[in-house]
Amino acid sequence: MLARARRWGVAVAIAGAAAGVAAQAPSGRPVVVASKPFGESYLLAEMFAQLLEARGFAVERRPGLGATELAFEALRTGAIDVYPEYTGTGLTAILHEQPIADPREAFARVAAEFARRWGIRWLPPLGFENTYAIAVRRETAERLGLRTLSDLARAAPRLTAGLTPDFIGRPDGLPGIGRAYGIRFNAVRSLVPAVKYQALAAGEVDVIDGYATDGFIARYDLVVLTDDRRFFPPYQAAALVGARLPREAAGAVLALDELSGRLTEATMRRLNRRVEVDNEPIARVAADALRELGLGATAGPHDAVREQSHASGRESLSAYLLAQGPTLFRLTLRHLLLVGISLLAAVLIAVPLGLLLERTPGAAETTIRAVGLLQTIPGIALLAFMIPLLGIGVVPALVALLLYSLYPILRNTYTGVRNADPDAVGAALAIGMTEGQVLRYVRLPLAAPVIMAGIRTAAVIDVGTATLAAFIGAGGLGDPIVAGLSLSDTRMILSGAIPAAGLALAVDAVLGMVERGVRVSG
Amino acid sequence: MALLSAETVTKRFGAVPALDGVSLGVDRAECVALVGESGAGKSTLLRCFNRLVEPDAGTVSVRGRDVRSVDPILLRRSIGYVPQEGGLLPHWRIGRNVGVVPWLGGDPASDRLARDALRLVGLDPERYADRWPRELSGGQRQRAAIARALAAQPDVMLLDEPFGALDAITRADLQTTFRALQRDLGLTAVLVTHDLREALDLADRVVVMRAGRIEQAAPPSVLLGEPATAYVAELLARARVRDG
Repeated sequence: MLARARRWGVAVAIAGAAAGVAAQAPSGRPVVVASKPFGESYLLAEMFAQLLEARGFAVERRPGLGATELAFEALRTGAIDVYPEYTGTGLTAILHEQPIADPREAFARVAAEFARRWGIRWLPPLGFENTYAIAVRRETAERLGLRTLSDLARAAPRLTAGLTPDFIGRPDGLPGIGRAYGIRFNAVRSLVPAVKYQALAAGEVDVIDGYATDGFIARYDLVVLTDDRRFFPPYQAAALVGARLPREAAGAVLALDELSGRLTEATMRRLNRRVEVDNEPIARVAADALRELGLGATAGPHDAVREQSHASGRESLSAYLLAQGPTLFRLTLRHLLLVGISLLAAVLIAVPLGLLLERTPGAAETTIRAVGLLQTIPGIALLAFMIPLLGIGVVPALVALLLYSLYPILRNTYTGVRNADPDAVGAALAIGMTEGQVLRYVRLPLAAPVIMAGIRTAAVIDVGTATLAAFIGAGGLGDPIVAGLSLSDTRMILSGAIPAAGLALAVDAVLGMVERGVRVSG
Repeated sequence: MALLSAETVTKRFGAVPALDGVSLGVDRAECVALVGESGAGKSTLLRCFNRLVEPDAGTVSVRGRDVRSVDPILLRRSIGYVPQEGGLLPHWRIGRNVGVVPWLGGDPASDRLARDALRLVGLDPERYADRWPRELSGGQRQRAAIARALAAQPDVMLLDEPFGALDAITRADLQTTFRALQRDLGLTAVLVTHDLREALDLADRVVVMRAGRIEQAAPPSVLLGEPATAYVAELLARARVRDG
């Protein structure tokens, strides 16, 4: 065992030296590479991962972390080591500063500020910019003579925009182009990235916000309007590296730096198109890209978005599901485990709490309402709150699911115990049962079906909510759903959604049987 | 000396006086019926004897001891109790329901005591001990409730409108059974009822209550012959028992 470890260490050291990397053996911990949930981010992260593996570093992949806030929070707290980010986003969304027009100045600003505040390093930019691209259908552009954003300002009062919530809210988004160009749309609809291109193609909206390197722009033959007043700040892509990695594995940082300045916009558009339009597996596209750059991945291409490779052909949904069978089975088991453990913990907390509240009616309604408030916190927000405390991965996902399960179980336990057959309760007291005995022998068994119904409700909600776990890298059926949404791959979405729905039905049915059992045997 | 006694007992629920200085003694092996309209205070008085109600003033004694000096749980287990709707635990079989009081007291013979009690009330343990309460008729359930009150072999039994929810024929059957048991076992019994006719049939002494006070306490013959107040006379007239 020791000998093998030593041999492996030596091999890595040699590989590192051969690659011109400072001979620093990676520490025991793998390098955690993450991405945000959209195609280009998945692809860049996979390229990071394969490059690190080629240089002998163990890698753990956490693709598709929620959004900028979740990914950055995970990096800041050391839950991940690196993810691809854009200077404009760093400047506006993370530092909350005004956009800077000059790319060099913008990079210098984020690099200095991130290092000063958090010890986080921006590696030199990868070489391409991916700024916002305001796009319209070719037909619209020709009919209204639109080439620039100044042209759009003229036509906007007759057009409906479909914009991502991110863009609507950011100072460098809708408010910014309103100020810079005087663009006022007839109507603005908030659309998630996954549907905006289809909505534009279908004529539901006339204008969308995209990214300059999106593969979809070519797929739908869209016209990107020129930013003639150079309003949009530069969005140079770069690897964002957490504070720990340089200390623990400086070689990994050097390896990542090999990509700096190597990727052009044309390259990225071509690669993104392969991922987003041709539905090629991300791992293969990443491996090809590295090979073309002479950064050859030695090992076989790793699976990118977990094992959710897109099937490249146009096979039917059922064939696709069949091909994904083993993966889906594993994801389903993972999903079931997340639901099972969190539900068990929720039962162990909520049932005793419900019984306790029955004894202290004064505090009951307030407590139950407070727990009910948890239910109103949006899933993503709850996950974001938890990253500083619990990091990312399975633990915060379990805690979030647990918190969402408490209310139905607590409410039903309290109500069930409180409303247990008053004749039986009264008689039990009158014949000399203690309060504790009344609870144990009368209230609790009589309330059992109601409590079971609460557990059943919580379980079904849990199966749905557990798909959110994918946003913090906890796995489960949310993985293909989140990745599919990001890549506009309906089959991939369904490959997660269909088993999730089936799981919800199965869990409901099984717990329904338990509930009937409880009712019959009392 | 009376086995059960209440001396100038007062109990208020909010501003409403449920018991207003009531005094009553019940002798060993005597059956006393408390009658009156809803709100007269009869159930409240009954529940003072097993400390389901704690009086605001006055003294309640059982077997010569002030109940305040007795652990309420042990007191209740020493007194048979039959509520109106039986109050059987719906998730326990009849045998377990009937044996519950000795079982709570840790008596290893609770199963045998339950079977004995079932036989006393005319339910064959072989047929009924393993049934669920919902599988029995209303009358059978009420018999089981009486058996439960008897299983620990108490000398005192409190019954709160035990036959009120039954049809006339079943009620008559149960009244007969109860009266025989009370006499044969020498039980001291307090029975709350709406039904003056039932009180006159079953009790050695009838206590007519009104608005938290006792109007008259007398054996049935005395009550029928010499109603002490206009209210008692009117009650008798309404029940059509004077000339019946």
